[in-house]
Amino acid sequence: MRNRNGWLIGIVLLIAFSLWVDLSKNIVIYNPFSDTPLVERDVNIKLGLDLRGGLQALLEADVPADTVVSVEELTNAKNILQNRANALGVSEIVMQTAGDRRIVAEFPGVTNPEEVVATLKQTALLEFVDMGSTPVAAGTAINTDFGITAPAATTDTGETIYHTVMTGAGLQTASVSRSSSGEYQIAFSLKGDATDLFGEYTTTHTNQYLAIVLDKQVISAPVIQSPITSGEGVITGNFTPEEAQTLAVQLRSGALPIPIKVVQSRTVGATLGEESIRKSTQAGIIGMVVVILFMAFNYRMPGIIADLALVCYAIFTLMLFKLIPVTLTLPGIAGFILSVGMAVDANVLIFERLKEELRAGRNLRQAIDLAWSRAWSSIRDSNTSTLITCAILFIFGNTFGASMVKGFSVTLALGVVVSLFTAIIVTRTFLHTVLDRIKFTEHPSWFGL
Amino acid sequence: MNIIKNRYVYFLISLLVIIPGIIFMGLNWQQTKTGPLKLGIDFRGGSLLEVQFEGTRPSVEEIAALYKEFSTAEQPLADPIIQSLDTNAVSIRSKTMTDETKGLIVAEMESRFGSKVTVENFTSVSASVGGEVTRAAAWAIVFAALAILVYIWWAFRSVEHAYRYGTAAIIAMLHDVLVVLGTEAILGYYLGWEADALFLTALLTVIGFSVHDTIVVFDRVRENSNILRRIEYEKMVNHSIVQTLDRSITTQLTVMFTLLALVLFGGESIRHFVVILLVGIFSGTYSSIFNAAPILVVWENREWTTWFKRKEEAAAI
Repeated sequence: MRNRNGWLIGIVLLIAFSLWVDLSKNIVIYNPFSDTPLVERDVNIKLGLDLRGGLQALLEADVPADTVVSVEELTNAKNILQNRANALGVSEIVMQTAGDRRIVAEFPGVTNPEEVVATLKQTALLEFVDMGSTPVAAGTAINTDFGITAPAATTDTGETIYHTVMTGAGLQTASVSRSSSGEYQIAFSLKGDATDLFGEYTTTHTNQYLAIVLDKQVISAPVIQSPITSGEGVITGNFTPEEAQTLAVQLRSGALPIPIKVVQSRTVGATLGEESIRKSTQAGIIGMVVVILFMAFNYRMPGIIADLALVCYAIFTLMLFKLIPVTLTLPGIAGFILSVGMAVDANVLIFERLKEELRAGRNLRQAIDLAWSRAWSSIRDSNTSTLITCAILFIFGNTFGASMVKGFSVTLALGVVVSLFTAIIVTRTFLHTVLDRIKFTEHPSWFGL
Repeated sequence: MNIIKNRYVYFLISLLVIIPGIIFMGLNWQQTKTGPLKLGIDFRGGSLLEVQFEGTRPSVEEIAALYKEFSTAEQPLADPIIQSLDTNAVSIRSKTMTDETKGLIVAEMESRFGSKVTVENFTSVSASVGGEVTRAAAWAIVFAALAILVYIWWAFRSVEHAYRYGTAAIIAMLHDVLVVLGTEAILGYYLGWEADALFLTALLTVIGFSVHDTIVVFDRVRENSNILRRIEYEKMVNHSIVQTLDRSITTQLTVMFTLLALVLFGGESIRHFVVILLVGIFSGTYSSIFNAAPILVVWENREWTTWFKRKEEAAAI
């Protein structure tokens, strides 16, 4: 700790930065030369479903247990499900693969899980959509009038609703082929009545755009160059061979690359969450105040410094929660509160050692150096074992989509790491800063001796 | 203070705490026929529906009758377990049902009981996932124990018989696991507490904390074994325990304060979880002082060779 003032300045800057993040809803850093935002970040605390209410569903590949599901199949299925879910208009949907055959889907604020689940389980919806003379980029999500009883030109939010000319139900076959220039494309043929409909439409709408839309997302939007009356056509796009193959399969079967089923579903009402937040915040504050009083009473001056470090700990951890961001669940909050109790453990170890060294007749500087260096091995080894447990909890929670278990392990592990920093570096820097200004020999009682 | 001298008294205290727990695990097993603990739907599979009625809540019989009507061969829902919660809410546990069925049941409740129904909580876990989670949970505990054993072995490699430290820490950890399982068994037997994913989280946290605490004591043994080579092993270990006692108690107290705040003010939903943590963490501190370090002494003296002949020797002397 030679460069003590350097550390002190660093810590003060870190506190200032953390407070800024902690107290902001979103943070913006401007580029000083052009006045444009350089970094813009929403730093609202992310609440888990158990706190804000909503639906969490665990989906599993519905194939025999010994069938291997490839990572690609699972990822494709996840992406398709994500598209379907986006059509529901729920914000902040999270969809993640979990383990090698499961997908976790989270829908904040949703209270009608039966509808959501039904949407997820539906087969892929292919539509041929009349875009008029508007070109549209692949990947754009659009609204169509298919499935809506009373057609309107725009949605409530002012987005245009396009007309669906035909759905995938009219398809006879779909397969991958190569164009004359060697590009991958999907060749399709239509059923009898669809052929007539499509022929008529393409005749009257030549030179307009026709979007091929899968699950409300534009795959490609070619211009109708000539009427298609034969019932045969191709969909072109910049497809890789795999994409073309996946799309052809989806068009044929109208399904996910793998069948899925819901194996776990959790719905939490919003009121329960609000109450939990209020109560656990209250518990956290009370717990922290008691720990602060206890430390000050028990260790006197070093205790008060450890309390300052504990407050820093809370400020830093909250900053990390908001920046990373960590999704807070109820057990996650409990893990955080528990880590407040454990955060002072490193300080307790050091201070007990400090007392011992002082009693052994060493001067204060020596005692402090010895206390820190000798307590370190036990701090290191004991916290490593807690981190090992956290890692195992995380893996377990991740495999089974148990976000509560995962949340707990993440907050506890973060707490351990941050507490090591505050208990060792912050406390020591503060302590030295104070000791530069007082004489220990005049105030032994400040150290509880 | 001589803790090592009375080591067998402390071992006995541990046994007196653990044995009733084991008895209740047996009683639970007899009752549920599935295992030593009452398992929640996370592990066993099934559905839990918590609803709040705006008007007066219907009787348990009315709800059971309604469930029975929705029961089919593929989805048997008859004989649900219905508990009244505060004011006008009920929790209903049944075999696994789909979200569609739940939607139909809630709609039927609204029309039949003439009251708006709010779903506060609905969890449905298929039995196969539940079984898999149970196995994974067991593996998680075994892996945690092994990983920690290996780590301690490595961390104490400079000391003679490093494996003893790892093993003693694991024995102390098993002690805490048994205390926690026993507590859960007793509470399950009398209060119907079910072990869920949060219980597992609490258990694994206790494992981490238990070892954390043991390592602090062992660390001092490690340090002293290098400095105090002349002193008898027994005295050296006792000295180490006494030196770390203040710290053990202080840390125990700070953690207890935060957990007590959670029990008292943290609300109903995590109370179960926090109570288990509280018991486990207390046990963790006890076992690191009164079990783990004394085991080192028992091992060093190979005392098991004299366990069953003590009387003869005493007579001979």
